[in-house]
Amino acid sequence: MNGAQAILESLKRENVDLVFGYPGGAVLDLYDAVYQARFPHILTRHEQGAVHAADGYARATGKVGVVFATSGPGATNLITGIATANMDSVPLVCFTGQVTNPLIGKDSFQEADIVGITTPITKHNYLVKRASELPRVIKEAFFIARTGRPGPVVIDIAKDVFTTVLDYEYPQKVKLRGYKGDFTGDEGQIRDVVEALGEAKRPVFFIGGGVTLSNQTEVMREIVKNTGIPVVSSLMGLGCIPAKQEGFLGMVGMHGSYAANMAVQKSDLLIGIGVRFDDRVTGKIDAFAPNAKIVHFEVDKAEINKNIFSHYPVIGDLRWSLPIFNEQLQGSGEDYLDRFAKWHKQVVDMDRECPFSYKTNDKVIMPQQLIDTVSGMVDENTIVVTDVGQHQMWAAQFFNSRNPRQFITSGGLGTMGYGLPAALGAKLGCPDKRVVLFTGDGSVMMNCQEMSTAADNNIDIKVVLLHNRVLGMVTQWQRMFYGKRYSQTLLGGKTDYVKLAQAMGMEACRIEKPQELEASLEKALNVKGPMLIDVMLPANEDVLPMVAPGAQLDNMVLGGAEA
Amino acid sequence: MKKYILAVLVDNKPGVLTHVSGLISRRAFNIESISAGYTEDEDVTRINIEVSVEDDRELEQVVNQLGKLIDVIKIVNLGLVDSIVRELVLLKVRATKGSLADIRNIVDIFRGNIVDVSPENVVIELTGSQSKINAICEMLEDFEIIEIARTGAIALSRGPIPIKNM
Repeated sequence: MNGAQAILESLKRENVDLVFGYPGGAVLDLYDAVYQARFPHILTRHEQGAVHAADGYARATGKVGVVFATSGPGATNLITGIATANMDSVPLVCFTGQVTNPLIGKDSFQEADIVGITTPITKHNYLVKRASELPRVIKEAFFIARTGRPGPVVIDIAKDVFTTVLDYEYPQKVKLRGYKGDFTGDEGQIRDVVEALGEAKRPVFFIGGGVTLSNQTEVMREIVKNTGIPVVSSLMGLGCIPAKQEGFLGMVGMHGSYAANMAVQKSDLLIGIGVRFDDRVTGKIDAFAPNAKIVHFEVDKAEINKNIFSHYPVIGDLRWSLPIFNEQLQGSGEDYLDRFAKWHKQVVDMDRECPFSYKTNDKVIMPQQLIDTVSGMVDENTIVVTDVGQHQMWAAQFFNSRNPRQFITSGGLGTMGYGLPAALGAKLGCPDKRVVLFTGDGSVMMNCQEMSTAADNNIDIKVVLLHNRVLGMVTQWQRMFYGKRYSQTLLGGKTDYVKLAQAMGMEACRIEKPQELEASLEKALNVKGPMLIDVMLPANEDVLPMVAPGAQLDNMVLGGAEA
Repeated sequence: MKKYILAVLVDNKPGVLTHVSGLISRRAFNIESISAGYTEDEDVTRINIEVSVEDDRELEQVVNQLGKLIDVIKIVNLGLVDSIVRELVLLKVRATKGSLADIRNIVDIFRGNIVDVSPENVVIELTGSQSKINAICEMLEDFEIIEIARTGAIALSRGPIPIKNM
């Protein structure tokens, strides 16, 4: 067995059923093995597409996404995707070809220092110069990628390693001196939280992506049901609690709901679970939850006290801590539902008084209306993928997310161009689920070549294009903070996205009038195969509410139907 | 700013220094010095990092972020336990027949050694705390210091227990 075959054999042992990639000189031998083994592989049209697709696949399935790319430019084209996965803790293993051993360090053709370049944006990385190391390295890479706080791992492999024959034996166990992968902590920390809850009058759960990543949605839902404590969510936490459940106040932060932001500001015990207190959530950090003691359930010790001081840290995997927390709450003898009933009602009333809202008219389709309409048409198992910008925030506000792993978005890095390839990956990972991508005319263009991948592989995604001819989120900031000086944010509008999609081999249609919105959407969403729906929208709509950058959370510009 | 010496035990594997230095730069930590060397265990390298931090929270961040690196086995803040801290310096100093005796006197006072001599210069070796090294440098400035090589601080805890067992 040679190195290339050993890689594919190891992938089988790790239950990898699909690889995303793009061939090239340094990985010719790997691709020859893919051909001979008929290993399932999706050829994207750009390496960035491959890594985002693997990321979408990983987020939708909970499995590790796998990527192949060649040396030099092939590998550097992965960087944005690796950084995206790293910020949102997505498990990936990326195999990159490197020039042959004797050529390393000589500025050889298509050589780049991938270990050096990816060090700050990976959980771990390797340069493999000897074939005998491959089984151990691959075993470790998958273990590291999926355990603890998940993340991307890069394995850079010198070209001659692929053709070197080795004695193949896949290790049963991982031996790492500095990393164990299981993170159980101190139960006393959980008892302290239960005790603090005994004193609290206005507690709030603040949930994030960690709950989804650790598959603890069911436990979280039970805790919420048994305690009646109001819940706010980060962008990454959406879907964990059904969006329309009473007491779930939606997204918190810069574009969070009125009730979510106010509840946090009024809270006396803020219980963060699988979150990292990102600046887009906290606003002015000194004025964030000013009356609250902070509880922080978190697997990554370095997140504790990084952005905010926590009075009650609970360090450990949520798989360990949340079930114990649930048990201790149930064993405490407290009637939390009764104790927090008044507070619960207070925030639910706030939410009713001031929900996310918008005004419609008979001339133009409103972006919020579009999301709302799609949301009403699709079943609860639909996976929504977004790109980045205004449409992303509207999707977070108005799409009725009901399950985890079904709201897939680049949260931490905010990567425009993420959506289309991620939607492909999500669909390939979950072929039985409907996949809808909300994107913008700015974002979709950044990886529009992947329409070709969708068409050629007949990947059934529906691309809903929120088309407003501007880079919407930037124009919003320019409108609010830069005297309406729209510097380099007006797109001109000459590009015909319907023709573009058709040229790539996809079906496409355009919707322009509010009167035709429902019927046309219904028809387009039910077409078999990949379809782009180009929806024309006004250019000057703002995402509201909005907390200005650096302002405190209860200082919101409200807007909506009441404005 | 407060200074601490972190003793970091890492796997003796390629790429480890890239990971450690990459992390320091990414998180914008302030490093005064860093040195690495083999240990009593051939699979383990010891990296000595002298770090400057504003407060305990920043120190906690440095330790926890370093601790996340897969190849980091153990970190002990030797600034927080009773320990011996040393730094080695080599100093190339201009020396003439007239000044040599004075230089030797200074070197003796600081318990250093002259390890090389030529008609125009001497090379002095000195081990000690940073303040001691700074003091001899100050004294020798009158004679013109041509070149300085310093190792940065390394430290060991007092008593029989190695940091890997702490």
